Amino acid sequence: MSLGKDTSRSGTPDVPVTDKRKIAAAGVLLLIPVVALLWVDTYAREDPKLFGFPFFFWYQFMWVFICSAMTWAAYKLTLSARAPRKGDDQ
Amino acid sequence: MTAPVTVMVTGGGVNTVALAVLIALFLVVTVLGFYASRFKRAESLDTLDEWGLGGRKFGTWITWFLLGGDLYTAYTFVAVPAAMFATGAVAGFFAVPYTIILYPIIFIFMARLWSVSHRHGYVTTADFVRGRYDDRSLSLAVAITGFLATMPYIALQLVGIQAVLEVAGVGGSDNIIAKDAPLLVAFAVLAAYTYSSGLRAPAVIAFVKDILIYVVIIVAVVYLPSEVGGWDAIFGAAEEKMTTTNEVTGAPQGSFIPGSEAMWAYATLGLGSALALFMYPHSITASLSSGSRDTVRRNAALLPAYSFVLGLLALLGWVAIAAGTDPTGLDGEINPQLVVPQLFEDFFPAWFAGVAFAAIAIGALVPAAIMSIAAANTFSRNIYKEWLKKDATPAQEAKVSKLASLVVKAFALVFVLTLDRQNAINFQLLGGIWILQTFPAIVFSLYTRWFHRTGLLVGWAVGMVYGTYQAYQAINPITGKHFGSPLDPIPGIGDLGYIAMTAFALNLLVTVVLTLVLRAANVSNGSDATEPGDYYADAHDPRVRYDLEHQDDPWRGEPQAK
Repeated sequence: MSLGKDTSRSGTPDVPVTDKRKIAAAGVLLLIPVVALLWVDTYAREDPKLFGFPFFFWYQFMWVFICSAMTWAAYKLTLSARAPRKGDDQ
Repeated sequence: MTAPVTVMVTGGGVNTVALAVLIALFLVVTVLGFYASRFKRAESLDTLDEWGLGGRKFGTWITWFLLGGDLYTAYTFVAVPAAMFATGAVAGFFAVPYTIILYPIIFIFMARLWSVSHRHGYVTTADFVRGRYDDRSLSLAVAITGFLATMPYIALQLVGIQAVLEVAGVGGSDNIIAKDAPLLVAFAVLAAYTYSSGLRAPAVIAFVKDILIYVVIIVAVVYLPSEVGGWDAIFGAAEEKMTTTNEVTGAPQGSFIPGSEAMWAYATLGLGSALALFMYPHSITASLSSGSRDTVRRNAALLPAYSFVLGLLALLGWVAIAAGTDPTGLDGEINPQLVVPQLFEDFFPAWFAGVAFAAIAIGALVPAAIMSIAAANTFSRNIYKEWLKKDATPAQEAKVSKLASLVVKAFALVFVLTLDRQNAINFQLLGGIWILQTFPAIVFSLYTRWFHRTGLLVGWAVGMVYGTYQAYQAINPITGKHFGSPLDPIPGIGDLGYIAMTAFALNLLVTVVLTLVLRAANVSNGSDATEPGDYYADAHDPRVRYDLEHQDDPWRGEPQAK
């Protein structure tokens, strides 16, 4: 169970060096859609309508795209936050 | 396949063309299911890694189709519009925020679970818990919860197929053999190719399922609104129905847009369901079958496409209100679950209705296959190998898993055919409450060993008992039956909230208090087989290959000297 033995076997370091600021930024990006959609009070109303859709519905559909974009941005941020480790493919 | 056809055409009101299309598409996926054993071919399918996880090498697109086909089940396609049709937005449309916030949540923890599972050969979440705490009881609790929660979910896939067959005119016969023959045939065929091809079968069939679903929903959403007077008329009809007073309860029929009293209900249903979904064994199985740490993360950004479609599908429940769809079953009773298939039969030519029926029916086969594989893996890894036959070889494990997948499906079939459909729905409601109680042991443990294993176990037990009791106490105001609602007044707030979340909060409280006590008393928290670096391991980590080559015990961190 010792770390030393493990490292000597594979040459793989433990935890990759991480840019904490980028990880935090990614965390914020991921948190925004969760807060926005759980805060039902902000969007449970009928107006303004869009193409006949009450606000309540088109607003939530809109978040599908925003959330997707934010998750993709968070993905790119986490990739750049961690340098590839020795032994990894990249 | 000719036998069921002859049975069908003797019934009244059978839509022959739609049935023919349905059967033809079913035959296509049957061939694909058996052919799938050659897909990304392995030397042998006699290990859980190959049979149960497809070799752990699916790329971004295969995983996208597989997870999409897995998470968005036939029952979802039937039940969400049914809920919209019957009681409106709180019961139905919460599925949209649920399946949006789902992805940021799994983005955060799934990469860690993938890495540690890849590094140690874990196939189930119970494997991980076993490795993290060296605790057989906690691992068994997680395994049994997963197993129990999955069973009714499989049964509900059959309910989805039944709804389609009923609208197509099959299933009303008095002869029990004739009535259930199509379902029996469909499930026997599914069981056969799942047995022979393992996870590769649903992976291949998911392509057909998902494409059919996209085509059908997009066509429906483009074509139907103009037929019933446009979206204004649809929302108008829905608002009128939902605000009408129900004669039995004296309350409004349902909710058009959640009022201030329903905010907590809407939010907790969304959050509780999102936290719970990836605790189910079938979601984990599909995630762990992906080929790299980043595959799941990329998918978290791409999978919301399905959520968009689910939202459109939910609104079809309201299109049906505007269209005056009559979801009366072959038994003469109103069954809202028939509303979507009925809508397609009313408005589309028979052949396209057949395509829509096939989309739902095939939509049931993919999750049913993955769920039975996942439940079977849980049984063979965490019950058979852990408790019954400790020295089981990988080949024996795979054999037990394959047999268990048959047993699980047979059980689901018996469940649906012998019990009232409502039982399956009640147990599914309970399953959602139960599975969320495993969240602390699985997800928190990915980050920290601060929580004490005994605290996690007791917290889980308290959450299970409390949630089950509250769900039992929830009386349906119309029928007066137990398990009438997933909602219950939240203690301290008073508004209705999702019972799973209340139970989860109680679970957390118990876990934290006990952890503080047990840590203060210096009670051992077991040994940890994982290391910090394991949670970042990626594909082709040299240590992964080393361990797999040496076939060592998956729960141990280090290979044993032999």
